Amino acid sequence: MAIGISALLLIAVYFLPVWSIQLWAPQYPEGIEMLIWLNRLSGDVEIINGLNHYIGMKHISEDMFPELALLPYGMVLLIVFGLFVAWRGTKFWLNAWTLLLVLSAVGLLIDMYQWGYDYGHNLDPKAAIQVPNMAYQPPLLGYKLLLNFGAYSIPDTGGWIFAAVIGTAVIFWAKETIIKRKQHA
Amino acid sequence: MIALVAVMGVGLGLTGCKPKSPINGESTSAASGSAAEEVYVAPGEKDDYYLFTSGGFSGQLGVYGLPSGRMLRQIPIFSQHAENGWGYSEESKPMLMTSYGFIPWDDSHHPKLSQTEGKQDGRWLFINGNNTPRIARIDLKTFRTVEIIEIPNSSGNHSSPFPTENTEYVVAGTRFAVPMGDNRDVAINTYKENFKGMISYISVDKESGHMDVAFQILLPGFDYDLSHAGKGPSHGWSFFTTYNTEESHTMKEVNASQRDKDFLTAINWKLAEQLVAEGKFEEYGGRPYYVNRWDEATHSAVSTQKTGTKVLDASKYPGLVYFLPCPKSPHGVDVNPTGEFIVASGKLAATLPVFQFSKIQEAIANNDFDGDVNGIPILKYESVIAGEVAKPGLGPLHTEFDDKGFAYTSMFVSSEIVKWNVATREVVDRIPTYYSIGHLCVPAGDSKNPTGKYVIALNKITKDRYLPTGPELTQSAQLIDISGDKMRMLLDFPTIGEPHYAQACPASLLTENQVRIYPIEENNHPYAAKGEKETSVERKGNEVHIKMTTIRSHFAPDNIEGIKVGDKVYWHITNLEQDWDIPHGFAVQGAANSELLVMPGETATLLWEPKEAGVVSFYCSDFCSALHQEMQGYVRVSPANSNVPLTWSLNQTAE
Repeated sequence: MAIGISALLLIAVYFLPVWSIQLWAPQYPEGIEMLIWLNRLSGDVEIINGLNHYIGMKHISEDMFPELALLPYGMVLLIVFGLFVAWRGTKFWLNAWTLLLVLSAVGLLIDMYQWGYDYGHNLDPKAAIQVPNMAYQPPLLGYKLLLNFGAYSIPDTGGWIFAAVIGTAVIFWAKETIIKRKQHA
Repeated sequence: MIALVAVMGVGLGLTGCKPKSPINGESTSAASGSAAEEVYVAPGEKDDYYLFTSGGFSGQLGVYGLPSGRMLRQIPIFSQHAENGWGYSEESKPMLMTSYGFIPWDDSHHPKLSQTEGKQDGRWLFINGNNTPRIARIDLKTFRTVEIIEIPNSSGNHSSPFPTENTEYVVAGTRFAVPMGDNRDVAINTYKENFKGMISYISVDKESGHMDVAFQILLPGFDYDLSHAGKGPSHGWSFFTTYNTEESHTMKEVNASQRDKDFLTAINWKLAEQLVAEGKFEEYGGRPYYVNRWDEATHSAVSTQKTGTKVLDASKYPGLVYFLPCPKSPHGVDVNPTGEFIVASGKLAATLPVFQFSKIQEAIANNDFDGDVNGIPILKYESVIAGEVAKPGLGPLHTEFDDKGFAYTSMFVSSEIVKWNVATREVVDRIPTYYSIGHLCVPAGDSKNPTGKYVIALNKITKDRYLPTGPELTQSAQLIDISGDKMRMLLDFPTIGEPHYAQACPASLLTENQVRIYPIEENNHPYAAKGEKETSVERKGNEVHIKMTTIRSHFAPDNIEGIKVGDKVYWHITNLEQDWDIPHGFAVQGAANSELLVMPGETATLLWEPKEAGVVSFYCSDFCSALHQEMQGYVRVSPANSNVPLTWSLNQTAE
């Protein structure tokens, strides 16, 4: 039952931002923000691009992320699979569901890290401002100071829902696996 | 010898007795102990009120924060402003068009915030041009002048703009009577026969704010000095102080100061509306007048020339206009928050009359007249006043009101503000001002819901108040606390130009609606380049149109060749930025007009006429970014007969 509900909850992720990157600088006390959705970007992307071109960072656009075209379909698969697991209700499928969710999350984080690494390191050699040995990789999670900018990266509402769904699956998996094993012992 | 010592001793003694400025009180600073704390707005904190002061002979409007007195902006209105290209850019030039041609200056006197139901609504600010009769409207979302209308059949537009309770109309009156109609070339000494006054009602569209001359009221050739509209019970009426009822035309300082009482002119504009609707007006042709409107979508102004107004001759329509006798040469007229009491300040009078609207209505109903002027009834003074404020001070000019039933009247000659009780007409307090106060302003003190914290004195003379700056000195504003029984001087600060009247409102009325950028996709300027791909250079005969963009930190294009001596080059600069507070400037060497300051998403155009061959540089004149100094470009000018092709580029270097 809970698995079914949590699978359906994933529908909300289509309508909510998944990840949020916030930046502050002396001239931007109010902060600027980029939101990552399943299929698009929003927020002050152009302002970020305008500021980052001085140090030769790439121009962020949706074309840069083939993931944005795939993620909506991936999410459909997860939802359908989750409902299937709820319907079958066997331990095997629960294990599979939990594993799939965890792997998806880890996969996405690795993907994001790799993008961030490339974005922060692969700079235009003709950039106006070049600081020796400086890379601008944004933090995967948490806060990091990059020259005059403070960058903060954290899941947004959609991301937290996804995390909660994973959490639910893990708790069920743990309950089924560990607790039952103890009972048998 | 003894006698000599004695005389010297007496002499020294007398010198020691010489009083020290006995007029201005004990301390010329006169600020109370806690004043510094009360006006201190810490760095990063914001003021509680906006203050708008007229620029007087500067033709502009000053914007300040209160209580700090910090200047926030100068809004260009009637005068060209090279700082941002106002009146120099092709888009803004039409704003200064009049029937006399391009008039790039004026004398701006009375800022007035728009009101709805007698309360500040935070939409627009109106201000009059005194010299070439005009009224301007400033949009308080952008703090820009968005409309200027010329007033036909007028001269010395001083009793203006003074909007009605719902900003149905702003008004314009003649401080200088002039010959009207077609025959204006007359001998000056035929004044009494040929010179007339005219009060114009300018309608303001509720939605767009667009102004239009609705109707005009023809009056005797007196000087119509200042005005205020009625509110509440007196809504539907306007009051104009009226001097030179002697109808003199020379040496007015003497000849216009002979009569003990002049007039307060009361106009029933609701009746005027009705008469016009019934078609009872005369059509005046005569000189054309201009309506200049700014269009935010095209970032450009359009001038429209109009002719003809609807004129009502006051002497022909009973009930339209009444004259109220008013002690000597009245200047300001102010209506209290309830709309029942009308204070007119006779600048040469010993008393301050307080008229009562219900009594005026009663006197009209009872035909309580004391003669007439050309058929316009004069009401009996005793029948229409609630009473007089006795010996208020010398040279009363203007009155504003607070939320506790008190009035504050400025005294030019005795250089002070006098606080008095509207109900009892008793003076309760007075405070010196430094020096020679003209207008004064209580935030919302001209509305139905005045505040009660401050009054601002607007002074003409500053002499020894600041560090000296040669013969030409600043004028000033002073912030005075009125929250207690005694008025307390808090702050003294310089102003731009001459601050005549001022308006102030709570900051929150305007801050919510501030525009930060112009969305680039909504830019409908015919020469906008909404991206670098849309930039171009096009020749049409000897006109060259450059569609150029700016973004941190380059122009596109930044190399242009093929311009010829004798060309008229139009630089159409579109600022592609969509971030708050990132304007770009544009300055080109040899520009005979000005630079441009282009806001995010806006397009502005500078006309440049190169006079000799060579390479000329242009650059961004607003420090925009870390690479601002690199934001520059070159334009090559060749002789008129040259064959250099028209080319433009960005980031192209020779092989």
